[in-house]
Amino acid sequence: MSAERRGLIFQLLGIAAAFAILVIWLVTADLTETERQTLDPATILKYTQQHLEITLISAVIVLLIAIPLGILLTRPSVRKAAPAVRAVANFGQAAPAIGVIVLLAFWLGFGARTAIVSLVIYAILPVLSNTIVGLQQVDQRLVEAGRGIGMSQLAVLFKIELPLAVPVMLAGIRTALVLLVGTATLATFINGGGLGILITTGVNLNLNVVLIAGSLLVALLALTIDWVGRLVEQLARPKGLS
Amino acid sequence: MSDPKISSTSEPSGNVTGASIMLEEVTKTYPGQKKSAVGGLTLEIPAGSIVMFVGPSGCGKTTTLKMINRLIEPTSGQIVINGEDVTGMNGDELRRRIGYVIQAGGLFPHMTVATNIAMVPKMLGWSKEKIAARVDELLELVSLDPELYRDRFPKELSGGQQQRVGVARALAADPPVLLMDEPFGAVDPITRQRLQDELLNIQSEVQKTIVCVTHDFDEAVKLGDWIAIFNEGAQLEQYDSPERILANPASEFVENFIGSGAGLKQLTLTRVNEVELLGTVTTTPGKRASDVLSQIQGAGRKFAVVLDSRGRPLRRLDRRQLSRAEIIEGTYDPDLPVVGEQATLNDALDTMLVASAESAIVTGPRDVFKGLITVQTVMEAIAAANASMDQDHEAPVGLNSGAINVVDIEQGSSSGESA
Repeated sequence: MSAERRGLIFQLLGIAAAFAILVIWLVTADLTETERQTLDPATILKYTQQHLEITLISAVIVLLIAIPLGILLTRPSVRKAAPAVRAVANFGQAAPAIGVIVLLAFWLGFGARTAIVSLVIYAILPVLSNTIVGLQQVDQRLVEAGRGIGMSQLAVLFKIELPLAVPVMLAGIRTALVLLVGTATLATFINGGGLGILITTGVNLNLNVVLIAGSLLVALLALTIDWVGRLVEQLARPKGLS
Repeated sequence: MSDPKISSTSEPSGNVTGASIMLEEVTKTYPGQKKSAVGGLTLEIPAGSIVMFVGPSGCGKTTTLKMINRLIEPTSGQIVINGEDVTGMNGDELRRRIGYVIQAGGLFPHMTVATNIAMVPKMLGWSKEKIAARVDELLELVSLDPELYRDRFPKELSGGQQQRVGVARALAADPPVLLMDEPFGAVDPITRQRLQDELLNIQSEVQKTIVCVTHDFDEAVKLGDWIAIFNEGAQLEQYDSPERILANPASEFVENFIGSGAGLKQLTLTRVNEVELLGTVTTTPGKRASDVLSQIQGAGRKFAVVLDSRGRPLRRLDRRQLSRAEIIEGTYDPDLPVVGEQATLNDALDTMLVASAESAIVTGPRDVFKGLITVQTVMEAIAAANASMDQDHEAPVGLNSGAINVVDIEQGSSSGESA
């Protein structure tokens, strides 16, 4: 526990330090006019906001789809369908995100909405499979004990199975969030906004400072989201579990 | 119905709170399987008694148990509890009226001891105060200090303590029937013996109807008022009192199941509180050792037993130890050979052998010192028990219909129907 807590503090300090170095470097560096315009703090803030928006909206949709689906697929009556559904979700993650995002854009049109759709396809797998695994690893004798003392199936699900699956499920959600932050960079290709624009601008106009700043910002954002996820995992872990 | 046992603690008092259970031609056939897991079983379980289901693994004893609270729905037949046919009622509501204990207690690891115990009362809509009071009362009943254990999580308890909480949870809403599925299978032999003793103590207070599955015949003899021995497909081989099963096994199967040591099984039939205990010199911490030594010598004993302020034995001191010490010490000796008064002579002998002592200390309710039991006492008791064995009583009804050739001739009312 304390080791994990120390890890959390180190991660936060690391993120803060890296961010400070980035800022100092950008302030002191000898920037061209184009670079200065692109890296204007207000603009960056706007891009970051867009980036987070895309990420969080996709994340919420992922949760709304994957968790109920995962629960459904562990119920005795539909358990047999689990491998098939997982194969589909697997395909969603295995397909190259850049390909999916561009192809979908041709079909659904360019913009943030399409970006969100493809991000959702991309990030369903970790949440879905961790929900399934988390529920499957709950000791069946506890489920039976719950039924045996007169709890309904629904009560057993909400009071026993889900609380005991929370640690595994949260790990999957955190993985999905980190994937989403990274992949949201691709939204810029279909005019979806986000920090990805700094990277593409950097590449297209051969502005190395912009390219590096953009990449670092995305990485730091992912690490921050990961940190928040870890914190939630620690706080939400049911008491009494080792 | 006369209690077949001469146990003095479970007085055949009028406050039996248990309910009778009647299984009527209950069958369970799983889809895709030709043979029934349970075939046409009719079984009467008298109110307030402990009935043990024993048999080889896969014989259908657990399936039968789970059909009583309809965790497993019977394919056909009826389950009647206290005269009420419960086969059609809502299963969840039925199960809230029946206590259920599984191996290792089956406690929910993310809930405290108190929350675990409070599950059923909460579902039944009891008030918070009533639940809190009940939780404490039950913890007391299973010998756990409420102050100490109420807010602990299951992983902070030993296996035996978890099992106790499991029993407390099952008793929470004061159900008339308690079902136990191999309750003491996951604990070490000494803890198991204690838990068994405790269950008997609790039963003498609450007088529930207890149905318990076990694979351990000794446990069945020790706990059971009646034992049902099952063969494959829950075919009832014999359903009778432990004494009668031991004396007259109904079939070769039963004989094999009991094992060759049936003669010595008499050891399991007699309780420590049924034999005469020896007194001894007792003392308390802080006394002068030399005084105690002279007391022992005066009484002609080999050792003195040190008791704490509540009369619970802490350790024993022999003459040599006493002559070396000045003041009696109050430290607790964990290897002290102790048996409860509800324990069987078999347990007592076991305890003595493990401790390589020729006597063991006997304790009563709340672990209070009662006396000593010696190897000599045990031997005499076996001889006496062997001498007086035959008793007349009426066994409850138990038979399978239709299926295989085990139709009791006296009960031959249901026959003929082929499966």
